[in-house]
Amino acid sequence: MGKRVAITGVGMTHQRSARPDVNGRELINEAVRMALGDAGMTRSDIDAVVIGNMDHFEGINYVDTWSVDGSGGLMKPIMKLTTGGTTGTTVAMGAYYHVASGLFDRVLAIGWEKNSESDTTGAIITAFDPFWDRPIFAGAVAGLAMEATAYMHATDATEEDAAYVAVRERKHALNNPYAHLHINMTIADVMGSPYLSWPVKMGDMCPRTDGACALVFASEDVVDDFPQRPVWIQGVADRHLWAYTSDPYLDFKTGEAWFPAMQKSSQDVYRRVGITDPLEQFDVAELYLPYSFAGLRYMESLGFCEKGGAPELTRAGAFDMGGKCPVNPSGGVMSSNAIGATGLIRVAECAWQIQGRAGERQVPDVKLALATGFGGCFWSDVLVLGKDKPEKARG
Amino acid sequence: MSEEKKDLITLESGEMAQPFRWTAGAYGSKFLTELRDNKKFVGVKCPKCGKVYVPPRRVCGPCYVELTELVPVSGEGEVVTYTVVSFGFVDPATGTQKPVPYGYAAIMLDGSDTVLLHFIDETDPEKITIGARVKAVFEEERTGSLLDIKHFELIRG
Ligand SMILES: [Zn+2]
Repeated sequence: MGKRVAITGVGMTHQRSARPDVNGRELINEAVRMALGDAGMTRSDIDAVVIGNMDHFEGINYVDTWSVDGSGGLMKPIMKLTTGGTTGTTVAMGAYYHVASGLFDRVLAIGWEKNSESDTTGAIITAFDPFWDRPIFAGAVAGLAMEATAYMHATDATEEDAAYVAVRERKHALNNPYAHLHINMTIADVMGSPYLSWPVKMGDMCPRTDGACALVFASEDVVDDFPQRPVWIQGVADRHLWAYTSDPYLDFKTGEAWFPAMQKSSQDVYRRVGITDPLEQFDVAELYLPYSFAGLRYMESLGFCEKGGAPELTRAGAFDMGGKCPVNPSGGVMSSNAIGATGLIRVAECAWQIQGRAGERQVPDVKLALATGFGGCFWSDVLVLGKDKPEKARG
Repeated sequence: MSEEKKDLITLESGEMAQPFRWTAGAYGSKFLTELRDNKKFVGVKCPKCGKVYVPPRRVCGPCYVELTELVPVSGEGEVVTYTVVSFGFVDPATGTQKPVPYGYAAIMLDGSDTVLLHFIDETDPEKITIGARVKAVFEEERTGSLLDIKHFELIRG
């Protein structure tokens, strides 16, 4: 049986379009210092470091060693994890597994990216298969746009429904001093913004961002040593089934599942944690929604409503601040996307919500929170966090 | 940030190139040489579930069995979903920007159970529909690449 694990320290940089005043290890160090301070720890208290980014964006590999001055990992066990868009949540899961294993009591999880250092679309393309994907791959935006087209075809959803999500996320970001974009946007603004890849417009997409995030994961054996209220990991999962970038569009043809990798990972976690009605049971969700249509379809894949039910529920305000389950009080990915940090920021925001430390964006009385990561081609990490210590550690 | 912008140094990678020599494998090579030499599509059929994969793969993921039966597949099929790309970016494979806008679709060829991503010859999204019939158009000069297919043409009216 694994150890039960809590988050006991949170740090992140302010998310910005570019940070030419710091290099990668200096950016990482800002988040790490804040997390260690928050946890009342010094560098010597860290047993191991799990760190990740997506190498393609900076064109520099082996962050595990070159960041060692900034990461706090000097002469300690370090493991690097890179899984694309999900990197940040995978780093969180890796730190969780380290501590749950019983081999480490205090593990630092770090996710970071300097997306200002390359063209995001070009860099993403280099992550894919040179024969079958790259020659005809039009980048992440086109890949998402084809999902949006098929989603609207399969449901009654409209471009305006998606624009509602984009506006909501930007509105929420106004309460978050760490967010990159602080812009007041209307549905008309989104609808009037130029098409990047029909039906996806500029206003529907995430920005590209520089930023870092760090979290301390601690074992139940040492959790009382920390000044902050522990945030307990209730369960985590990731599931994969696609091999080629074209594969995810198959489920629109077969109708067998609705983003099956996300459905399966969430269903598996829910079953183990005891979630039968996500909309009722989660008090808040910080989801990796890279573009507006994701705020519709992924709510359905995550079981918040039936297939095709998200536009109505969304427009009724269920996911707004003050709604049944506020989604992305932080402003989410459509307001800040330093890709390797983004998933970990979702987890960090859930931790702050559960601790009651989310400032202007605090949702009242949060007991249970959902965090996700999203990676292309269409997989998802799913993490459930809670105020109460779980009965047992769950994979 | 107190530093003046001119005093924060950046470095451009410029015309940097790192050549690779990738391996398509026997099955992938068969698909690409059929395109190149005969303008034909070939897939592979799973003996257990009967699914036809295009391009051919050696293992059916769900069944976890080796696939050996290569089967011919049509150069015509239908649009499963689509977009019209209007933002330009430098393609890291070529170092050049493909002119925008261009149509782009997930296409299920007749006789296949998987979809292929490729360009289509229509840039007005109102004129493309899910379920539209399309047909492969080949380049004159072919090299054994997915780009031996110039694009898929909408079979109109
Ligand atoms: Zn099979």
